[in-house]
Amino acid sequence: MRVGVVTFPGTLDDRDARRAVRLAGGEPVSLWHADAELHDVDAVVLPGGFSYGDYLRAGAIARFAPVMEPLVDAARGGLPVLGICNGFQILTEAHLLPGSMIKNEVRTFVCREQELTVENVDTAWTRAFRAGQRITVPLKNQDGQFVADDRTLDMLEGEGRVVFRYEGADPNGSRRRIAGISNEAGNVVGLMPHPEHAVEPGYGPDSAEGPRRGADGLGLFTSVLQTLVG
Amino acid sequence: MGRVVVEVMPKPEILDPQGKAVAGALPRLGFGQFTSVRQGKRFELEVDGEVTAEVLEAAAQAAATVLSNPVIEDVVRVADIEADAAATVASTGNLA
Repeated sequence: MRVGVVTFPGTLDDRDARRAVRLAGGEPVSLWHADAELHDVDAVVLPGGFSYGDYLRAGAIARFAPVMEPLVDAARGGLPVLGICNGFQILTEAHLLPGSMIKNEVRTFVCREQELTVENVDTAWTRAFRAGQRITVPLKNQDGQFVADDRTLDMLEGEGRVVFRYEGADPNGSRRRIAGISNEAGNVVGLMPHPEHAVEPGYGPDSAEGPRRGADGLGLFTSVLQTLVG
Repeated sequence: MGRVVVEVMPKPEILDPQGKAVAGALPRLGFGQFTSVRQGKRFELEVDGEVTAEVLEAAAQAAATVLSNPVIEDVVRVADIEADAAATVASTGNLA
């Protein structure tokens, strides 16, 4: 299964995302922001970073990159797409996901190991988890405060589209402690925390198995491969 | 050459962390009279020739679709900057 990982100018986490795809058993395919096509990939990851320096708004300029045109069409047609951090911001700017991200309420860059609850295990990117499963992955962002109006938030909650929720204290002021959401069909998922940094024991967050043994993030990547295999 | 100014502000109901940080710094410099600060963005768009009604309309569209995100921001001004400056000079009589 070919999983494309898009690199924009200013993307940081594309290598880790490709590595996560490979460790999950998929074939990572590098996609370039100036590509006008998706090179027959079966799914796409928009990785984290600071595309275009976060100028204008986080994700606002990347949203108009050439690769986004076929990507938005394909996502509307059911292609599994995962947006991580800056990738999540790009998906909201592209109107594939509702809401937006503003600067953290704490007014500082947040970098920590973050516990999340997986609330929806029916999406293309979460079916390898158990409903209500607690996972720990890194969280690192400046503009991570998820905001939307109350009607949108009620809709997301009512339709089960809150996929990930922060456990414990809200790290960045996100409305209703929302860490990640999906579109209506469940093929497009965006989240602020970084599952691609928690995929290999020895290089992940601390876990019950030992220091840096956490690999909870791998579940997102194995999920999409399960989805594609059917 | 004409110039259109577009101003964008965070929506009133959205907390503005940048404005809050500025508001926190002002009293430390002796500016204790300002109780709140909100920080927005100002864009200056240049065109060849004059700022016509069509140019203003295009600027308003750009403001709504690219320069602002309606989920978190409001476009508060789209105006011909030179015409506004001329009007200000005329009204104050200050030609210096």
